Amino acid sequence: MTTEQAILNGIAVFLTLCIFSFLYRDNPFYKFAERLVAGVATGYWTMLLYHTNFTDKVLTPIFVRGQLHYIIPALLGVLMWTRFSKKYAWLSRYSIAFYIGISSGVTITVTLYTFLFKQLQATIGMPITADYAGINTFLIVLAVVSALVYFFFSLPHKGAIGTVSRIGIYVIMIGFGAGFGMTVMGRIALLVQRVIFINDYVRGLVAFIGGS
Amino acid sequence: MKREIPIIIVGVTGVVMFFQYFIPTGWSEFIFTYGQDWVMVIGILSLPLGIWSLVKANVLKLKDPKERFYSAVLLAGFLAMVLTGLKRESFEAGSVFMKLFNTILIPIQATVFSLLAFFIASAAYRAFRARSVLATVLLITAFLVMLRFIPLGPISTANLGAVAWILSVPNMAAKRAIMMGIGLGAAATAIKIILGIERTYMGRD
Amino acid sequence: MSFLEKMMLIDRRWIYLSIGLAVIIPVVVQFEVPVSVSPEVKKIYDFVENLNAGDYLFIAVDYDPSSMAELNPMAEAVLNQAFAKDLKVIIVTLAQFGPGMVEDLTTRLAAAHHRVRGEDYVFLGYRPYPAITIMLMGINFRVPFPVDHYSVPLDSMPMMRDIRNFADVKAVIDFTAGNTADFWITYGVGRFDFPLAIGITGVMAADYYQYLQSGQIFGIIPGVKGAAEYEQLVGFPGKGKEQMAYQVIAHSVIIAFILISNIAYFATRKQKQQLGGGR
Repeated sequence: MTTEQAILNGIAVFLTLCIFSFLYRDNPFYKFAERLVAGVATGYWTMLLYHTNFTDKVLTPIFVRGQLHYIIPALLGVLMWTRFSKKYAWLSRYSIAFYIGISSGVTITVTLYTFLFKQLQATIGMPITADYAGINTFLIVLAVVSALVYFFFSLPHKGAIGTVSRIGIYVIMIGFGAGFGMTVMGRIALLVQRVIFINDYVRGLVAFIGGS
Repeated sequence: MKREIPIIIVGVTGVVMFFQYFIPTGWSEFIFTYGQDWVMVIGILSLPLGIWSLVKANVLKLKDPKERFYSAVLLAGFLAMVLTGLKRESFEAGSVFMKLFNTILIPIQATVFSLLAFFIASAAYRAFRARSVLATVLLITAFLVMLRFIPLGPISTANLGAVAWILSVPNMAAKRAIMMGIGLGAAATAIKIILGIERTYMGRD
Repeated sequence: MSFLEKMMLIDRRWIYLSIGLAVIIPVVVQFEVPVSVSPEVKKIYDFVENLNAGDYLFIAVDYDPSSMAELNPMAEAVLNQAFAKDLKVIIVTLAQFGPGMVEDLTTRLAAAHHRVRGEDYVFLGYRPYPAITIMLMGINFRVPFPVDHYSVPLDSMPMMRDIRNFADVKAVIDFTAGNTADFWITYGVGRFDFPLAIGITGVMAADYYQYLQSGQIFGIIPGVKGAAEYEQLVGFPGKGKEQMAYQVIAHSVIIAFILISNIAYFATRKQKQQLGGGR
């Protein structure tokens, strides 16, 4: 560990502890760190957008490569700034309209293909055989259909529909339970990483002080 | 002029992009590429709106004695990054810009999210109770998934098999059903937008 | 108020303290945790392992510092494997703080494996709007990224000379903490049909198995446990494996919390029923 690393990582540890202080209650240290990161994050993103997006996709194409057709989307992008004016805010709708129209047109086909057709194909396209895999295939069909029936509100959930819908909610609960179990792992991982970071720093600092 | 033209733009661009998928020719790909590329440029130029709003709001807050210090901290952080990031080389490892990123942004952002570990433990203690049969099913599933982490010899081996089955059969089926609903909803919304039925994206006059 | 009733109403800060202490224990008492490899992780490892030197692998580092605890170890393990096998790696990020993550990964790992930027790997950079960026990359990487993150034109790099789009790479592996995985599946695989694998956070893990069964993705690295499994396969013990001991203790504590709170709940409910106060 160098002196610079000791100082910079020391600041990082201090800021980490500032955030952890929120666990006791909201306090000025937490607020300080929270606002600092908001400013730094915005500054980082501003420069990232300027250097790697605005320069590469707007300035260079128009002024260096002479691709003048980029002037049209650039002007539409500038129109977005009229949102700050009450009088001219409606002009920004033209830009939004291009964005929304193009996105919507593209979305329909790929969404139906990915979320519906491929999923349906995977559900009913497998043979139901008299072995372990076949039983699972049958259970998948049953579980998917019953969970779909649970979300289908155009028919009253009574009689046979009610029974299938009841199976559906159990399937969904198993799904949520699995999600919760996995979430615990994820959240703990985030905390553990900070503990390892502080531990590494303290050990490094002790060795650094002892060695100097 | 204020509402009709945007609706026409949405309709025309939406229909063109929809049919483009089914016509894989050179011209069709040309339209697709330029359409998407233009949207990206529009998007890049509209993103500073958010940055401007945040900075403006905090400049105004400098007048408020209670918020003055924290707004100054935010603006100082913002300016520090802008000034140290003026050159494109600033994004390479070792620059002051990247040192600020590593020293401030990484630890704070990572720690803010690590607080969720405490909150989920609290939630597990307070809300995770077998109040009904459905809640018990949810609880047992989560319990088995969590138990994977604890080395318990042959119990772990059996549990790993059970969890693999849970994830790939009932859990998968539940998520598939939800996903199909989302897919239908997204496609229906897109169709409504193209047909001009859904207009909330335009805001109010 | 009985002990069990007090347990039911315990201040949340005691729970926080317990979890805090639980994750400190492995700092003092270190122990090894056995890691068993799941098939969905092994599939990705085998796929990369069966590639030949010089083959192209596309890696998307779509995460921010908020989820680097889970995703950095797996991205590191896959990149280690790719560099060790002498694969050509194309990297992109669709997360706003992703460039910082990539910079850290490539600086450390490229140096360790003596890999050169522009010859062995390229970092395309960051673009907002993931769906659009993915679709444009499907046409040609040069449309959204005429130059790489460091302003070097893609055409000037020897490794990018004959590489146009996803058809020229063997697979895409996406490490993501948000819905970017959905964008890769929907707008990437849905439109351009390339082999895709995902490394995702624990929170997301249970939500992507339907794509595995339908063949839209060929593998999943789920959370930090998946990262530990991959590290074991690659033979580079890293932060994923290191986390396992902490995970064991923390999970034990949370499981104990659930058991205690349920025992207290049922015991107090029974008491109330006996007193005629409960339902």
